[in-house]
Amino acid sequence: MIKAILIFNNHGKPRLSKFYEHYTEDTEQQIIRETFHLVSKRDENVCNFLEGGMLIGGSDYKLIYRHYATLYFVFCVDSSESELGILDLIQVFVETLDKCFENVCELDLIFHVDKVHNILAEMVMGGMVLETNMNEIITQVDAQNKMEKSEVNQDLTYSLFYLPV
Amino acid sequence: MSDVVEKTLTALPSLLSLDSQPGSAKLSSTSKLGNLIRGITELTSKHEEEKLIQRELTSIKDQVSSPNTSMRQMKELMVRAIYCEMLGYEASFSYIHAIKLAQQGSVLDKRVGYLAVSLFLNESHELLLLLVNTVLKDLQSTNLIEVCMALTVVSQMFPKDMIPAILPLVEDKLNHPKEIIRRKAVLALYKFYLIAPNQVQHIHNKFRKALCDKDPGVMTASLHIYLQLIKENSEGYKDLTASFVTILKQVVGGKLPMDFNYHSVPAPWLQIQLLRILSLLGKNDQSTSEIMYEVLDESLRRAEMNHNITYAILYECVKCIYTIQPKSELLEKAAKCIGNFVLSPKINLKYLGLKALTYVVQQDPKLALQHQMTIIECLDHPDLIIKRETLELLFRITNGQNVTVIVEKMLDFLRISKDDYTTIDLVGKVAELAEKYPFETMNTVFSLGGDMMQPDIPNSFLKLLSEGFDSDEEDRKLRLFAVDSYVSLLQSEPNKLPQRFLQVISWVLGEYSHLSAELEPATVMTLLSKLLDLKHTSSETKSWVLMAMTKLCEGGVAISVAQDIYETHSSSMDTVLRQRAQELQHLSQDSELRGRVLPRDAGLMPLEVDSSLSFLDGFVSEALAAGAAPYKPPHQRQEELAQAKALSLEPYSLSLPISMSSCSIADRQSPTLMSMSSGLSGDSTDLSHKGGSTTLKLDGVKRVWGREGYLAQREPVEETAQVEVPSPLRSPSQQAEADSTQSQTPTPTVTPELEQDKQQLASSLFVGLGSQSSVCLMGKSDPTPQRFRRKAQGRASSSGASEKTPTSLGSTPSPVDNLLCNSLLDSNLVSEPTNQTPQASQSLDTTNGNCHEELTDVKENNPSLIHNNEEPDKPKDLCLSSHLPTELSGLSHSEITPLCSNQSVNLSACHVQKEDSLQLVIFIFNSSDSALQQMQLQVDSGELKVNYCLSLITDSPVEEVRSHSVAVCHYSVTVKRPSVHVEVLGMLSYQLPGGTPQTIQFSHKLPLTTFIRPLTLSTEEYGSMWLAFSQDTKQNLTLINDDQDPLTTTLNVLKKKLQLHVVEIIGVEGIVACQLVQDQPCLMHCRVHAGTLAVWLRSPVPDLPDCLLYHCQRALQEH
Repeated sequence: MIKAILIFNNHGKPRLSKFYEHYTEDTEQQIIRETFHLVSKRDENVCNFLEGGMLIGGSDYKLIYRHYATLYFVFCVDSSESELGILDLIQVFVETLDKCFENVCELDLIFHVDKVHNILAEMVMGGMVLETNMNEIITQVDAQNKMEKSEVNQDLTYSLFYLPV
Repeated sequence: MSDVVEKTLTALPSLLSLDSQPGSAKLSSTSKLGNLIRGITELTSKHEEEKLIQRELTSIKDQVSSPNTSMRQMKELMVRAIYCEMLGYEASFSYIHAIKLAQQGSVLDKRVGYLAVSLFLNESHELLLLLVNTVLKDLQSTNLIEVCMALTVVSQMFPKDMIPAILPLVEDKLNHPKEIIRRKAVLALYKFYLIAPNQVQHIHNKFRKALCDKDPGVMTASLHIYLQLIKENSEGYKDLTASFVTILKQVVGGKLPMDFNYHSVPAPWLQIQLLRILSLLGKNDQSTSEIMYEVLDESLRRAEMNHNITYAILYECVKCIYTIQPKSELLEKAAKCIGNFVLSPKINLKYLGLKALTYVVQQDPKLALQHQMTIIECLDHPDLIIKRETLELLFRITNGQNVTVIVEKMLDFLRISKDDYTTIDLVGKVAELAEKYPFETMNTVFSLGGDMMQPDIPNSFLKLLSEGFDSDEEDRKLRLFAVDSYVSLLQSEPNKLPQRFLQVISWVLGEYSHLSAELEPATVMTLLSKLLDLKHTSSETKSWVLMAMTKLCEGGVAISVAQDIYETHSSSMDTVLRQRAQELQHLSQDSELRGRVLPRDAGLMPLEVDSSLSFLDGFVSEALAAGAAPYKPPHQRQEELAQAKALSLEPYSLSLPISMSSCSIADRQSPTLMSMSSGLSGDSTDLSHKGGSTTLKLDGVKRVWGREGYLAQREPVEETAQVEVPSPLRSPSQQAEADSTQSQTPTPTVTPELEQDKQQLASSLFVGLGSQSSVCLMGKSDPTPQRFRRKAQGRASSSGASEKTPTSLGSTPSPVDNLLCNSLLDSNLVSEPTNQTPQASQSLDTTNGNCHEELTDVKENNPSLIHNNEEPDKPKDLCLSSHLPTELSGLSHSEITPLCSNQSVNLSACHVQKEDSLQLVIFIFNSSDSALQQMQLQVDSGELKVNYCLSLITDSPVEEVRSHSVAVCHYSVTVKRPSVHVEVLGMLSYQLPGGTPQTIQFSHKLPLTTFIRPLTLSTEEYGSMWLAFSQDTKQNLTLINDDQDPLTTTLNVLKKKLQLHVVEIIGVEGIVACQLVQDQPCLMHCRVHAGTLAVWLRSPVPDLPDCLLYHCQRALQEH
């Protein structure tokens, strides 16, 4: 099971944090800081797995991370997940983001936190991997976006309707 | 694809700074979130950020509670609140509004509402109850998206008690025509199963239906449930094995739609999941395992493309093959596969390879042997994670023969590891090994820790050994094993062992060597007597050895050995040794007496300690009647001496250090103990009390009636004396210490040698793993002696290597030291040539008469020197102090004292107290007209650890000090062994142009007080430390009686003069703490008693309490 998904930039600023298990607000912040601390001091040519921070639950848990330019994507998982499998899942996630935002960048993640969460919700649900197929994820997200557009239009007509002529 | 991502992300910083660029135009630069984020990026400090966010939160708060806010605005506000919460700022006021948004908004608003709720709340939050109705409504909605959202939020968090309310609805969704809904429903039910397993008992049939769903996605989702169920109870699902195998076969065979391919691998995640389930099912079950052999083989065969994800499948496959009932053909393939992982240049695969090895090594240790060289390489891998994984692997293959090397490696890693988690984990493992292989591990710890170890460790080890474990038979075996291993150690190379270890060995041999049937006492005696002849054996160790011999001397040969020993040692300068030799002599003659004095296994019997020494009463009263003077404890004698100043000649007034150096510890400690034990011993621990009182008794015996006639009564004394915390006299032990440090230094990195080292390491690590491996090793018929022999060889080779570089830690400086030293000497900050002002020479006069004479000599012989360099009157002291190394110049330094001088050089020194060390600065002033060349300064000390510090900028040629200028050497010193004054010895060698080499020697005394620093701790910490320390001393000190609160005044004087830290004062008692630089604590308990200050000092460091006491006494006298 996936316990938490964290995205932060090279300076440790959180860009997305999603916990699938309950922690207090303070612990969550501490986990983010500790994770950043652990991950950021690792070289580029070392393995992408880290074992057990104290906070997140000891020896059964692993941090699996990937570093893309300015962002770190970290998945915290327990022993029932495959390390290499999660590593590729991160890749799928990033590729999906890239497709949805048409060349994703850190700013997209900042300004569209809600969209990123929605994409993530199509991949991982309650800590379980729901879907690993990028096209399928995009189909789901697109379906929702279409709805959004239609709603925006509706909104406009609505307001136009009441505009004084 | 990832290239594109990276490129885009690299372009980010420019985007962030310029919002007018098109890239950020789409990011609604005018939005309020945009403003907030822009504001945050511009901030520099955390404090400013806090202020800005608080302002933002206040404005959000105002807006959300305003009735005019539309749902669309509310949505935007929620996103901003999410952002603030992510940064760690609480926005609890918005929670209720998030729920409202989810309840009332349109589909789109609802989505943000649900998202906010799932990020803000947890399953036990009370507000969540308000959401239940909304979820119920949405689950029944005809809009698919609403249903999906409800299922998502339910699987994220849902109050346990409310599950029954929505369970039927979620169950219904399993029959929903849309597969995405079915899939999410399965996962939601799985979540319910995790939270409240009994609630979903009745729908297990529906899970089966989900497993057989026509949509592979739904089937995949149901595997989550089955993995969990089978983990809990594999027996109940054996019937499904065939189904899982069929599914896997179809997946591997590419029967799934192309959509499920990832990098042209069919549904890799699904395969991984299935393999895990199969391994759980096939574990310990031959018939089930047989069903899956074929498909496993197929998986291994198919997964041969070189993509990351295929390795993931291979890894699971290998693990599965090793988990289920073995099939040799498959095992072979799997082993090859593991080999590919381990040897892979890709670090992730290497990591997994090590993990796989760790997993399989217990079943197939040969596999580890095949890869031993790779494992050795991984042990030195720069990636700590790899290193740790390797240690984990080694931990699994630990056996009696390699445990020493492995524990050594673990301890090495512990030394560099800074991560708490790793440390805890590893320490646990070392402890576990210590439990499994107590002797091997403790041997390593003793050999490595050597004499730096706290004396408590060997003591408690011996205590453990004598008290034994649960069963007698176990104890016997353990002790026998200890005896055997120690005998073989002594037979090989006893001179390499640290003193403390030798002491442990002697005790064990003395006490338990009779357990070994084939071991003649005479053999042991001979072995032990060899120890006595070793050059570096300290007298403390010797007395342990003699005591052991006393217990052993039995039979003809042994007695003659004892006789020899007696002859050599009966004239020893050391009184303790002399006494032991006497005892040995007497008891070896009279075996009956020996039987009574030293009964076998006496250590097991509880000892009655009569600390009041009442059994002596008769003797004392007899002696008193015969006219003997009543006994006075030393502090009383001292006080009397101090009061009777007329008699007290200067050198004896501070009698403590003198008695310390001249008397044996016994004499010094016992009376004080006796005088204090009645009042204070209540709070001491068992162990220390025992130790204390044994010393006490032994010494009492010796002091009062050290005559042969009374020996019979000494029975309890001798037994307990074995546990005695021994005397700290051990100058030769330093050599041993140096030896052990030497052997730890890594061998030079010459490639062939390195290779050899690795081979050697490999052979010691993998010994005992495979029976017929060619690399390994030295046979296996007789493991114990070999272990030690091998170890000794390793030592020999490494110390041999360090011998090649002739200079080491000894007095001859190594090339490196030389280099540093030279560059220091040459720093030669050309000072204004110093002239001898009257003031300076006077100060020289007062401190060092010789020096003065020589200086005046210089003046007279060479007046031109001084006149030539006429300078404004400036004291030399000031002048020299300007040469202090820059990093010390800001700190206050002690008076600059002259050390020595001759016609051409003046040496002076001063010290600077830093928090963690003492900095010693030596000034070399060249008073001659020509430059000093080839100058070398050596500084050494028995009590101190001297480190060279590079501190000055060099601006002159090497090894040279120009005429009339000053060179400065800077050392950082810490105390190795406390004593009242520590002495630094030094020698400067130099050459004048055209002259012969000259040397000049000096010594410099530093009072121990310069190394004392306050130790700040709380009363609780003090309490726990107090119990842990074994070295203690008690004494009465004079109380300063000029105030209504004498205790506080006295302690404040001590605080001021000695930099002690006063922890707390309650009534007539006070506790004080200090430390010797580099963490050697000393605790002091003071109590006003009958007009004096009764102090009790404790420390883990031998001698420290005594020395400190001396300085306290002195400080109070001077006051």
